Amino acid sequence: MKHAKTATQNACKLCNPLGACLAFRGIENCVPFLHGSQGCATYIRRYLISHYKEPIDIASSNFHEETAVFGGSHNLQVGLKNVTQQYKPEVIGIATTCLSETIGDDVEGILREYRKQPKNGTPMPILIHASTPSYQGSHIDGFHAAVRSSVKALAEKGATENLVNIFPNMVSPADLRYLKEILGDFRLPYMMLPDYSQTMDGGPWGEYHRIPPGGTPARAIASAGRATGSIEFSSTLESSKSAAAWLEESFGVKRYQLPLPIGIKASDNFFALLERLTERATPEKYEDERRRLVDAYADGHKYVFEKKVIIYGEEDLVIAMTAFLSEIGMTPVLCASGGKSGTLRKRLEEKVPDLDEKGIKVREGVDFVDIEDEAQLLKPDFLIGNSKGFTLSRKNSIPLLRIGFPIHDRFGGQRVHHLGYRGTQELFDRIVNTVIEQRQNASSIGYTYM
Amino acid sequence: MEANRIYPDPAQVREELIQKYPVKVAKKRAKSIIINDPETIPEVQANVRTVPGIITQRGCSYAGCKGVVLGPTRDIVNITHGPIGCSFYSWLTRRNQTRTESLKDENYIPYCFSTDMQEENIVFGGEKKLKVAIQEAYDLFHPKSIAIFSTCPVGLIGDDVHAAAKEMREKFGDCNVFGFSCEGYRGVSQSAGHHIANNGVFKHMVGRDNTPSEGKFKLNLLGEYNIGGDAFEIERIFEKAGLTLVSSFSGNSTVAQIENAHTADLNVILCHRSINYMGDMMETKYGIPWMKVNFVGAESSAKSLRKIAEYFGDAELKARIEAVIAEEMPRVKAVIDEIRPRTEGKTAMLFVGGSRAHHYQDLFSELGMTTVAAGYEFAHRDDYEGRNVLSSIKVDADSKNIEELKVTADPVLYNPRKSEAELEALREKGLEINGYEGMMKQMTKKSLVVDDLSHYESEKLIEIYKPDIFCAGIKEKYVVQKMGVPLKQLHSYDYGGPYTGFEGAVNFYRDIDRMVGNPVWKLIKAPWEKQGAELEASYVTQ
Repeated sequence: MKHAKTATQNACKLCNPLGACLAFRGIENCVPFLHGSQGCATYIRRYLISHYKEPIDIASSNFHEETAVFGGSHNLQVGLKNVTQQYKPEVIGIATTCLSETIGDDVEGILREYRKQPKNGTPMPILIHASTPSYQGSHIDGFHAAVRSSVKALAEKGATENLVNIFPNMVSPADLRYLKEILGDFRLPYMMLPDYSQTMDGGPWGEYHRIPPGGTPARAIASAGRATGSIEFSSTLESSKSAAAWLEESFGVKRYQLPLPIGIKASDNFFALLERLTERATPEKYEDERRRLVDAYADGHKYVFEKKVIIYGEEDLVIAMTAFLSEIGMTPVLCASGGKSGTLRKRLEEKVPDLDEKGIKVREGVDFVDIEDEAQLLKPDFLIGNSKGFTLSRKNSIPLLRIGFPIHDRFGGQRVHHLGYRGTQELFDRIVNTVIEQRQNASSIGYTYM
Repeated sequence: MEANRIYPDPAQVREELIQKYPVKVAKKRAKSIIINDPETIPEVQANVRTVPGIITQRGCSYAGCKGVVLGPTRDIVNITHGPIGCSFYSWLTRRNQTRTESLKDENYIPYCFSTDMQEENIVFGGEKKLKVAIQEAYDLFHPKSIAIFSTCPVGLIGDDVHAAAKEMREKFGDCNVFGFSCEGYRGVSQSAGHHIANNGVFKHMVGRDNTPSEGKFKLNLLGEYNIGGDAFEIERIFEKAGLTLVSSFSGNSTVAQIENAHTADLNVILCHRSINYMGDMMETKYGIPWMKVNFVGAESSAKSLRKIAEYFGDAELKARIEAVIAEEMPRVKAVIDEIRPRTEGKTAMLFVGGSRAHHYQDLFSELGMTTVAAGYEFAHRDDYEGRNVLSSIKVDADSKNIEELKVTADPVLYNPRKSEAELEALREKGLEINGYEGMMKQMTKKSLVVDDLSHYESEKLIEIYKPDIFCAGIKEKYVVQKMGVPLKQLHSYDYGGPYTGFEGAVNFYRDIDRMVGNPVWKLIKAPWEKQGAELEASYVTQ
């Protein structure tokens, strides 16, 4: 059954402020702050926590009826004061909501006034403001808006330093740790934003922390304007929304835009860039990882070749995954996203020029009802995407391999590797095992070797 | 055994909790941090606004209306009118279960409908898009009911969801469409949303079907939302006891049941906070008394069953209920005997909801555990101190903004099930008829009662009391566990349950045993085992 529809049913996207809160959580000593009703902060905390299994405090300006009518300036200022006194943060990352955007609060203006007020002994934190109305775009737009706002607020001009910026996109804490390891092994000083590798996947606390340890320090973000270049993992991010593009325009810091490095080819490109930037050879460790991955491709090809799969999620993830799946001979029969950059098809064509001949369908701005309609026609062998595909997976008996965000019905969503040779290896092993498990379960013989 | 455990002096604890606040805030918070005395019951400040910037665990009006009260009824298509986030975040997150009689039966709980408002809808209005969405839901499912929930921007841009609902209802003829003005900024917490939901359900659903319900002892179950299958266990017990459940508000319920609910002869209320309005309105309009019960805890379940038998006053029913209790209790006792030596004397803290912080104390006391501190997230004074304080509660601006329905006796259907003299006689037997004694009467002297516990205060309480278990929700879970204290989620049950009735009690005992006795906690060094865990904070009021 095909539905042409106006309403969104079973959405394949989350709202703009959620992405901003996560990105702000990747700045050291930063409290994310939502300018709107307390429900937004509560819902978004609840949702992020269900994936990361880590506490996340998000403050709110707690709009009430008269705040909604007369404006949120007073509540915002009281809220900032309380967060400052209670948490003593170095940074407060303020994201707006549909409520404050609808009434048209001039947040920049309010913050300008607020900064002039007497400090009462507590140092004034750095206030970063990202405009994230929930009626525009999706969570990924809020994520990038927070990153760009942070860079715009903090980056300084100066003599070029031996430093690169890395804007990794909305990847897992495990991915962030791996990227840091790679850059460390290349002995390349870096500024990574955001870095929630510790704040959203940390250990027990010997003592109580108002704000969990970890994240990119504000002073490091300040140095972004002096870097030799910025590596940005994204295929769809427009210049007007990109922190790297802003740094290039403002300070001449070269922007290197790469897709998320998933698969051998995309990872090769990333490592080649690092070789160029550092004039060093790729460390042996990664050569080894690559060799093992190629070997695995060879060993596992018979399981995955020509298997049909539906991939859904943020556009950049879908594009990177499609390139990888094509590399191992799988057919992504549908590449779907709730996002709507308008460039999904074009970017995919750059990776896989013969989309149509290969029977690869591309749809942006879809929900899970659209995806289900397609699934019933396309009959994929399995689905790859976040936990929200579970209902469709169960109803249509199509296995689901969980990647990305949110993963709240499996343990360790925050530790799923996606990037580089190591991440691809993990994904490849899981894909092969999904096929094997399906075959084994379906077999009437009960093979113990597959 | 920890029978000789010494508890901290609550007066000192209270002092310590508020001493770091500036005078004005300390004064405000002091009214919400109370040392209990079950004899005199001191006043607790509750249902007041959270100060901006203080990180609260409270949700919003939309969450209370759509998520809590309307969410569990399976055959209403719920459409969220607003940007995408609100509907996504309330999509199956509460774990309310439902059981259709056959696979063909309607169940829209797994669906998440949203108008997904875009900028042009904010600028030019969203009513048109809303009506198209309602039409689509109707064309797709032909449901009996469609409900519309307003999110924050809707009220501001002036979309009239009620007019849109009326227009579509009249257009369809066979589908009851109604709207809720439950914008997130209304009221001080999700509690406002409960009230708005009660009003809407009462206005648009209750009383639509006057077919007399069958059964000798007919009752409705109010304020039970079937989290983790709680309602299934209560339904099992009712059936065994010969009680007929006409409708539930709203765990495992259907539109037809709710529309026929006014044909029952008794309303029993579990979560007083979220549904007491419905109890009152049904009493006024139809003459059905309500009675507070608790099916959390084996002893409490037995007690509640006996109260129901007493209400109906039927000897055969009483005998049957005694037989049920006699049959169910031995296996419960066997598990208590096994587990209690390991849990006896341990301490618990409960900061959750508007009723659970009270009800779950029964389960802990069945395990020999003491509740040293408890409080609600979004309750009102009557949930703490009992309903006899109702007349002395000041109605503030936030509560005034929530409509109070003017309800009068129905000229045809009003039929008092019991005379005032009969009700009085039942009250004398200890039945909480149209009444609720609140949480504090049951808590020990010198235990601590804290409303809308702040983040800072919870850290402090853990540091001082070192409780063996902390009960709250997912937002608190991982911060508390980072300090080496297990946290039991009492919203989602940590994906366990049911916890009601006799089976539920056994489930809960086992889960608590596994948590407090778990070897992993020994691997986490607790903060008070280290020096220098300095806590300080200060606030400013509005």
